Amino acid sequence: MPEQSSGVAVAFADARLVAAKDLRVEWRSRVVLSQLVPFAILVLVLFGFALDPDRTVLERATPGLFWLAVLFSTVLALQRAFSVESADGVTDALRLSGLDPAGIFLGKAAGIAVQLLLLQVVLLAGVSLFYGATPHGPVLMVSTCLAATVGLASVGSIYGVLSAGLRVRDSLLPLLLLPILAPVLIAATQAFTAAYERTSGEGWRWFALLGVFACLYLAIGIFAFDQLLEES
Amino acid sequence: MEHVVRFRGAICLLGRFPALAGVDLDVSAGEIVLLQGPNGAGKTTVLRACAGLVPVVDGEAEVLGVDLRHDHRAVRGMVGLLGHASGLYEDLTVADNVRFWARAARARRADADAAMARLGLDGRLADVPVARLSAGQRRRTSLAVLVARRPRLWLLDEPHAALDRDGRDLVDGLMRDAVAAGATVLFASHELDRAIDVAHRTVVLAGGTSQDTADRRDEDPLAAPVPDGEVPVA
Amino acid sequence: MTPEPVDPSGGRQTGNGAGLFRSHPEGTGSRGSRILGTIVLIATAAFLFVALVASPADTESENAMGDMVRIMYVHVPAAVACYLAFFVTAVGSIGYLWKRTEGWDLLAAASAEVGVVFTALTLVTGSIWGHIAWGTWWEWDARLTSTLVMFLVYIGYLALRSAIVDPVVRAKRSAIVGVVAFVNVPIVHYSVEWWRSLHQGPTISRFDPTIDGLKLFALLFGMVLGILVFLWLLMHRFRMQYAAARLEARGLDLALAERRAEGAPVSGFTGSTDATTEKEAVR
Repeated sequence: MPEQSSGVAVAFADARLVAAKDLRVEWRSRVVLSQLVPFAILVLVLFGFALDPDRTVLERATPGLFWLAVLFSTVLALQRAFSVESADGVTDALRLSGLDPAGIFLGKAAGIAVQLLLLQVVLLAGVSLFYGATPHGPVLMVSTCLAATVGLASVGSIYGVLSAGLRVRDSLLPLLLLPILAPVLIAATQAFTAAYERTSGEGWRWFALLGVFACLYLAIGIFAFDQLLEES
Repeated sequence: MEHVVRFRGAICLLGRFPALAGVDLDVSAGEIVLLQGPNGAGKTTVLRACAGLVPVVDGEAEVLGVDLRHDHRAVRGMVGLLGHASGLYEDLTVADNVRFWARAARARRADADAAMARLGLDGRLADVPVARLSAGQRRRTSLAVLVARRPRLWLLDEPHAALDRDGRDLVDGLMRDAVAAGATVLFASHELDRAIDVAHRTVVLAGGTSQDTADRRDEDPLAAPVPDGEVPVA
Repeated sequence: MTPEPVDPSGGRQTGNGAGLFRSHPEGTGSRGSRILGTIVLIATAAFLFVALVASPADTESENAMGDMVRIMYVHVPAAVACYLAFFVTAVGSIGYLWKRTEGWDLLAAASAEVGVVFTALTLVTGSIWGHIAWGTWWEWDARLTSTLVMFLVYIGYLALRSAIVDPVVRAKRSAIVGVVAFVNVPIVHYSVEWWRSLHQGPTISRFDPTIDGLKLFALLFGMVLGILVFLWLLMHRFRMQYAAARLEARGLDLALAERRAEGAPVSGFTGSTDATTEKEAVR
């Protein structure tokens, strides 16, 4: 067993290994690129159909629609990320691997976060194009995206591994996940609204909430993943 | 001789099903022991219990000096398990998989590459995604992971399954090499002709209980350890 | 980490997990629960009198609610009880993560079940209240909205419990969800509150009527009664869960015996199982 001081270093090394593996899986399979990104764009188009092609309505609703699209894509990204881990004995292999559980959690979360950030770049271009929403306040927007993504990825990794290996995981995961993510949807949407309306001052308060949320669930994941990885 | 595995009346539950209903098992360092028994006898569960994947809920169980009743997870880093499932990422190539699992076990990249070469996976196959491999090639990849990890206790569940003749010879060679390098091997197999040849000793399981150790308890199964000379030269 | 202590003597049937609540091994009732049940029954009758007859209708406050103010005597106690229930679920979850004993897990489960019922009651009465006070069945009021989210979170908690068959895995995973769900309650509450205050301003407050005298007494009485009803239901649900767990565990000795019997016919070829002889024979 590694000592306490080197334990953190081991966790981070393992996290890097797992994240690199996940990105390699994506590089080889290109599921996110070929399925998730088109899906997210499709959601934007469907919102357009649902809300009439009235630019003012769409423009006003842009922040909410943007984050709703992110939320739906997150569910799919998680199902993908954790079906990879529960296939053909991989879960057992992970338990036997000697990898630090906190490292596995951080690695999975980091891998998912990278994919979600990529998705957000595409979506941002999408709302600008389809809804005619010109982004403002780049600092607030980027900070919001980062904080929200960390929150989404850490809660997502907790619930992803929790429901992995269950027969009903495809329907259970959204039910468990989305109510917990409600604050992220509210806060990120409000922060984006502030950025679009150029009232950044309001937005930073929401950013702070996102930050607290992200830190809280990162901590829970680091401590609980050990338990969650056991028997499925 | 040093105990590597020592079970006394070990009981393991899979959900509510007692997969092991009282198993006595002794494996000493440097032994190759064959677990034999009909389907559903509990062979796989014994191997998984030794690997620290299935908790032992009653009786005594010690593997590599770790009390499994107390902490069944501490043993995991020291054992290697070849199960029915491959434990490989389908989307990654053979080389990706072996290197990832080797690095996870803090083995060097050179170990991973040497293991792939040993299993005949270097060259063209190394860059093929696991999803496109045949069952036998997957088996070889899983074995390469095991070799690269250099476990102290090898737990092999039907290691001969899905392999061709060369592959089976390779598995036998790997077991002998492992023992020669100081490791211990416990394996389950239905390929009895072959398995009995390579094994030093056989333990029979049925109905989740061990049949032979119980019969020979008064003899002390460790009184006459297998002489080193009996390890056949490959 | 030992999931199920296997006691061949069958001692589990009368295990110590039930503690305080145990009296009759087959039923969910006990001396304690019957005494409490009687108290609850009498108190309910008294409460109905106080709430419906003795206490006056709301006529004094600015937006007088008339007789409708009486909804509050159910709404507020139900809300108190559901928060208490989810607090107990969180305590049970932490207790399980700490002690790893079945009782804590069953406590968390039982409390969550009762809590979901009380939450539903809170939402229904809150919605009726909103219809009278604001003229709509649903207003995106911070308290009501966050209660709805909480309701969905705990529905998910119960769904997770029913999706996992293995008792140890179920206990472990739902314990973590039980803690996360409770931690999430204030986060949802504050984010919804900020969100509403942004758009609405404080104009839609709760229309809280002036509560004093007998009305205050009815409200406090209702809260105490709500907590007692919660405890009474919790006892029975806990005993129910405990009995269900025992029923599953009762099969274990039988299962062990059956499992061992499977091996019996095979011992017929005991002779050939002696490893050394067999090996030599093959050679």
